[in-house]
Amino acid sequence: MTTTNSSPTAPKPSDDDPLAKPLAPAHTGSALTFRLGLAAAIFMGAMLVFGLVISGPEINQRDSARLLYIHLPSVAATYLGFLVTLVGSVIYLRTKSLFWDMLAGASAEIGVVFCAGLLFSGAVWGKPTWGVYWQWDPRLTSTAVMFVMYLGYLALRRMDLPPDVRSRRAAILGIASFANVIVVHYSVQWWRGLHQGRTLGVDTQIDGLMLFSLFLGLVAFVLTFAWLLVHRFRVAWLSHQVEELGLARALAERRAETDPTGRGRTP
Amino acid sequence: MVHDIWLMASKDLKVEFVSRVVASQIVPFGLLILILFGLGLSPDLVVVGDERRSVLEEVAPGLFWIAVLLSALMALGRAFAIEAEDGNLDALRMAGMDPMGVFLGKSLAVAAQLLVLEVILGLGAFVLFGVPLANPVLLVMTALFATVCITLAGTLYASLAAGSTSRDTLVPLLVLPVLAPVLLGATLATRDALFADPGVLGWSWALLLVVFALLYLGLGMLAFGPILEDA
Amino acid sequence: MYWEYVIVGYVVVLGGLGLYSAAILRQGRNLSRRVPPEKRRFLD
Repeated sequence: MTTTNSSPTAPKPSDDDPLAKPLAPAHTGSALTFRLGLAAAIFMGAMLVFGLVISGPEINQRDSARLLYIHLPSVAATYLGFLVTLVGSVIYLRTKSLFWDMLAGASAEIGVVFCAGLLFSGAVWGKPTWGVYWQWDPRLTSTAVMFVMYLGYLALRRMDLPPDVRSRRAAILGIASFANVIVVHYSVQWWRGLHQGRTLGVDTQIDGLMLFSLFLGLVAFVLTFAWLLVHRFRVAWLSHQVEELGLARALAERRAETDPTGRGRTP
Repeated sequence: MVHDIWLMASKDLKVEFVSRVVASQIVPFGLLILILFGLGLSPDLVVVGDERRSVLEEVAPGLFWIAVLLSALMALGRAFAIEAEDGNLDALRMAGMDPMGVFLGKSLAVAAQLLVLEVILGLGAFVLFGVPLANPVLLVMTALFATVCITLAGTLYASLAAGSTSRDTLVPLLVLPVLAPVLLGATLATRDALFADPGVLGWSWALLLVVFALLYLGLGMLAFGPILEDA
Repeated sequence: MYWEYVIVGYVVVLGGLGLYSAAILRQGRNLSRRVPPEKRRFLD
């Protein structure tokens, strides 16, 4: 993940051109991702130390409460991922800018990864706390539906249709699907289920060290989300470039075929 | 727009009248699902609660609506398959059809077919699962509201995958999660209509279906233009 | 108490994130090699 070393295969910019910029390396890293990644790693490590070692077990839930230090940050990262998808989709529909379309797609994929994490950490937390891995409670059920919905969104993005048609439909779905995120968030208030409501309420007694561990987890996961988003966006851009290059090459080959003199060949 | 709705719906129904795909394939498919539920859920098992009911009778409302949903997926796939050949949706747009007219017309045609299907599957469920009927009015209203929900949300989400070769596998993945609340509401309202068990508020669940239908009516009318733009 | 659940939860969630990150970085390297340097970044 070093950023100052340029790739050995990339040609060095010539010295007589003062405007020449260093060429992009053959990976998706940069100074930005290096800093984001480093910060995420530091906070992740601090969360592990505080969450697993320094902070004590909770009175009612014992050590299983330590799972909340990754469960709640996963929730935050999932919401954030789908929110960025919503924003990207809205702006894409207005501007038709490829940037926002790719950002929406990249963010949804990372959101789905965090959503899988939140479902898993919730299940292993539920077993010791409730006695079961899964409860048919409104929040759990709506979260599972949300997870599958965004898998559908990712599948839609792989449709074999013209890119602009596909992007527009994905944007519509990205906006419509966010309704379910709202349902998930308010499901606890709308239906009185088993799942606990707001964890950080005034009436809940939460130990200072536990709160601090949770805070570390939140920062670590949000930083990880941002770091992944930059990388995933660059991967989306690169695969778009590969597709375009493939198209250009196919076009050139077709021209060469129809023009035996080779004059139509692209330089 | 009303003219376009009527044009679209009557066109789709005429296609069905000639091809008979829904009547000859999708209705038998739905009945088959009901029979398979009977085989899979051991009709001899008995649930002992306030009343002795067989497992099948107890879960009949949910089974009925799942059978309807699965059949509806096939009907929705069919509704867009008849357009996908030779880029027909493109032609509709070129002919100056109002996108909302296309959306509502297609929904109307699917709704008409679904209602016929529900009557047949409903009769099948009464015969096969042996359920009582406490409140026929609630049952009919629930079926009507749920059908509107399934067709509006189904048409909208199925149209997103129109024209793609992966349409057949993508449509269920897109449509079913959206219809999960409809399954919940329709099942609970139907439970109340059949058994009139205390504690199940059938009419409030039926009302929730109305809210859901209005939501997807609005969303569909907003979104169908951009979806159809160059399908 | 319940440490086994805590360990499984942390290993799977953080391990899963790690595996996903590794897959993304690898994909980025593979794709980058197929794209000329001047076209590798959306913004410069």
